[in-house]
Amino acid sequence: MTYITKPKVEHPGLVQNALGLSRRDYEGALSTLCAGCGHDSVTAAIVQACWELSLPPHRMVKLSGIGCSSKTPAYFVSQAHGINTVHGRMPSVATGAAAANRNLNYLGVSGDGDSLSIGLGQFCHVMRRNVRMLYIIENNGVYGLTKGQFSASADIGSKAKKGEINMQPPIDPVLTALAAGATFVARSFSGDKAQLVPLIKAGLAHEGFALIDVLSPCVTFNDHEDSTKSYAFTRQFYHPAVHTDFVAPAEEIQAGYEQGDAMEVELHDGSHLALRRVEADYDPTNRDGAFVRIHERMQAGEWLTGLLYVETGRQDMHGLNQSVAAPLATLPFKDLCPGAATLERTLARYR
Amino acid sequence: MPERKAPERVNDFTLKLANVNGTGSASANGLLMKSFFRMGIPVAGKNYFPSNIQGLPTWYEIRVSRDGYRARSGRVDLMVAMNAQTYARDLADVSPGGYLLYDSTWPRSHVLSRDDVTVLGVPFAQLCNEAFDGVRTRILMKNMVYVGTLAALLDIDMAVLEQLAQDNFGKRPGLAEANMKAIMMGWDYARANLVCPLPFTVKAMNETGGMVMMDGNTTAGLGCVYAGATVGAWYPITPSTSLMDAYRSFCTRFRADPETHERRYCVIQAEDELAAIGMVLGASWAGARAFTPTSGPGISLMSEFIGFGYFTEIPAVIFDVQRVGPSTGLPTRTQQGDILLAAYASHGDTRHPVLFPADPTECFDMAVQAFDLAERLQTPVFVLSDLDIGMNDWMCKAPAWDDSYVPDRGKVLGAAELERIEKFRRYADVDGDGIPWRSLPGVHPKGAYFTRGSGHNEAAGYTEDAADYERLMDRLTRKFATAATLVPAPVLQKADKKASLGLVSVGSCDDAVLEARDRLQSEGIRSDYLRIRAFPFNEDVQAFLDAHERIFVIEQNRDGQLRTLLINECDVDGRRLESILHYDGLPMAATPLAAQVRERLAKGAAA
Repeated sequence: MTYITKPKVEHPGLVQNALGLSRRDYEGALSTLCAGCGHDSVTAAIVQACWELSLPPHRMVKLSGIGCSSKTPAYFVSQAHGINTVHGRMPSVATGAAAANRNLNYLGVSGDGDSLSIGLGQFCHVMRRNVRMLYIIENNGVYGLTKGQFSASADIGSKAKKGEINMQPPIDPVLTALAAGATFVARSFSGDKAQLVPLIKAGLAHEGFALIDVLSPCVTFNDHEDSTKSYAFTRQFYHPAVHTDFVAPAEEIQAGYEQGDAMEVELHDGSHLALRRVEADYDPTNRDGAFVRIHERMQAGEWLTGLLYVETGRQDMHGLNQSVAAPLATLPFKDLCPGAATLERTLARYR
Repeated sequence: MPERKAPERVNDFTLKLANVNGTGSASANGLLMKSFFRMGIPVAGKNYFPSNIQGLPTWYEIRVSRDGYRARSGRVDLMVAMNAQTYARDLADVSPGGYLLYDSTWPRSHVLSRDDVTVLGVPFAQLCNEAFDGVRTRILMKNMVYVGTLAALLDIDMAVLEQLAQDNFGKRPGLAEANMKAIMMGWDYARANLVCPLPFTVKAMNETGGMVMMDGNTTAGLGCVYAGATVGAWYPITPSTSLMDAYRSFCTRFRADPETHERRYCVIQAEDELAAIGMVLGASWAGARAFTPTSGPGISLMSEFIGFGYFTEIPAVIFDVQRVGPSTGLPTRTQQGDILLAAYASHGDTRHPVLFPADPTECFDMAVQAFDLAERLQTPVFVLSDLDIGMNDWMCKAPAWDDSYVPDRGKVLGAAELERIEKFRRYADVDGDGIPWRSLPGVHPKGAYFTRGSGHNEAAGYTEDAADYERLMDRLTRKFATAATLVPAPVLQKADKKASLGLVSVGSCDDAVLEARDRLQSEGIRSDYLRIRAFPFNEDVQAFLDAHERIFVIEQNRDGQLRTLLINECDVDGRRLESILHYDGLPMAATPLAAQVRERLAKGAAA
């Protein structure tokens, strides 16, 4: 394939955000994924969320590993810096970049193969370090680029296109994230933009590590009958627990939720998450409870979705490191090099 | 008292101390070595320690050399045998005419004796049991008692020892006094019961001015601080761990705000080396100076990412403190076994600049150079040290700093420059040196591009086009040619008259080569000596190979890796390059090296 430039046609009627940018300004190159791929819907949701948040495109960093999902950062926000790393190791590059410049918005896109097999170690450790980033897994239960092998998220009994049946238990990214100490854990479905866009906005605003596991069916290798990650299966057994609205700091909260059903979570930057409980007694601030409820639903063959766990106020990597406020990459050399006189003093004990 | 005497020698002998690890002998042995250094006498120390925390044998070798030689001598004039487990072996290790000092609290076997070694007994344990309370204190103080005995036997200046005890232990009340008491006990006992001094002694000189006693991991860590590195990521591995310990400790002093405690650095202990190098590349990509210290096994794990860094042109500084491999190998022994691994790490076509420090002073200098080169060339750069340099305290020139130093951040476009240009082309060879211009994230919308390990064209766009790929690879070759003009030049030492024999060596072999060469020269064997300090090899290396009929390549590995690299990268007939190798895990010594050269020359003459 070749690099396709999408024609940029600016209609005067296009709605502009606070930066005077239209949605088109947050788009990227034309997708080369299969027609109908769930990942393209996630890309569209990312474009929408970044536009709504009025993020300056060049202050965004897009990162990915290897796989179909990892190709997608080329398809959104073309004016953001991007880096397509090696298989399973995007988290370490994100960690290093975030260590060097804490003032950028980091968005990583990975897949179930990239994060749950070769990259499981890095996936867990980036969460325990609480690196400030949004990490989206486009989860389809299958290796697409190598044509249809099971991934570690494939469910027991799930049938491959060629008929093989998976007998090994899945590694679930959401349960793994809860266990590894992630401070923002969500699940959604590529076909539910209404749920996905506010989750992405909230994840980008979260001061810490935010995971969104997006069930994103593979139309080519995992959308047949007997697949548990097909469009049909996901639509049927998709069960929202909490509906999330993201409210930017400047906006009024207008969510007219019934008393008792709604709760608010204030984020560090002053924005709010308005959460509406679809399951009446679901508490997304209770890690243990979230674990139990998600697991119960999985046993029943259902996907519990929405913002399943959130914890604000925990220190991120830089908080734990006590880093200076300015990005390390931009500190002037004179603040880094102690100079000749200090060296002379330092060497005295070695004489 | 035995009457047999070694020839009288001043400031020219080797002392070996056999201890049990975890008993505190390291600080006593360090104190002893430092006392020679403070007396102005050139000294070299080598620590042979096990991969263990407590209970296994460990040796410390101290060479006192008025001529300033820092390599191992290959002899043992005085053995301090404090480990009953290794007594037989330690006795056998003493050079003919030498001495052995042991703890006479317990009788030693009569089977174990040698006619040509003088055995001296001091009841160290008994003295300590009588003078100190507590098991741990008695064990620790025993070391100080033998320091006192050695002071009497070797004529060490007691005022120097007292000052050192004060410097080392003065911060804790009573500790310096207790240590000094133990030292005096050993000294008094020796003066009353042994013939003092021995035929070899020390005498104050003035040969250590401007020098320090430091290990190469400490100086490299200090170099990273001075170079302005702000992100360090690593996974603990012997023998590199103390490099990051040093960096962190210097940063605590120089890079933390005294009031707010805010840090101008970030050290990340990674989950493995796969992640450590990823963090370094991420941080460098985002504009920080970033580094990772590791050893051979770590380089193996990092290799995929190193190739990614080469191909996407991201700076990185990797310190490889080499140890014996493969796998665990001998993790506490030294080797130069990663030369080829570092030069060509990763799959596909990859080549990397490698710097070869020969001592701790060069570790400091090359740490700074490595960051300049990595950013100038936009590529991973290796500093190939080894356990001998990294973990032993060396008498070496004090690292120096020039306050006019300006870091070379390489070709980075700022916001104003990006604003001016029409279109940013990340991988275009604008200047003809193979080095493209880069932009940093967050600086300007025009600087944005997608970094990818996949095939990319000059505008950083995805491509599988054959011509595009070939053009990119050819530019990387041009860049590597540019690298050869920027890396540190080799050090050439010419013989007094024209020599047809050339010696080529690298890194920590240097001291053994220098000493062996002096000795051979005094026997009429002339040689020119080229110490390689970097890969890619520059034109001086080619000129040296051209100018000598016969060339011995001296290095510390079994397979002659430097020789292979020279044959592969230079225009030379491999038959003219002969390997002289040392690979037993111990630092190279001059005597066996000189013998190997003589033997090789004799063979060549016969043929």
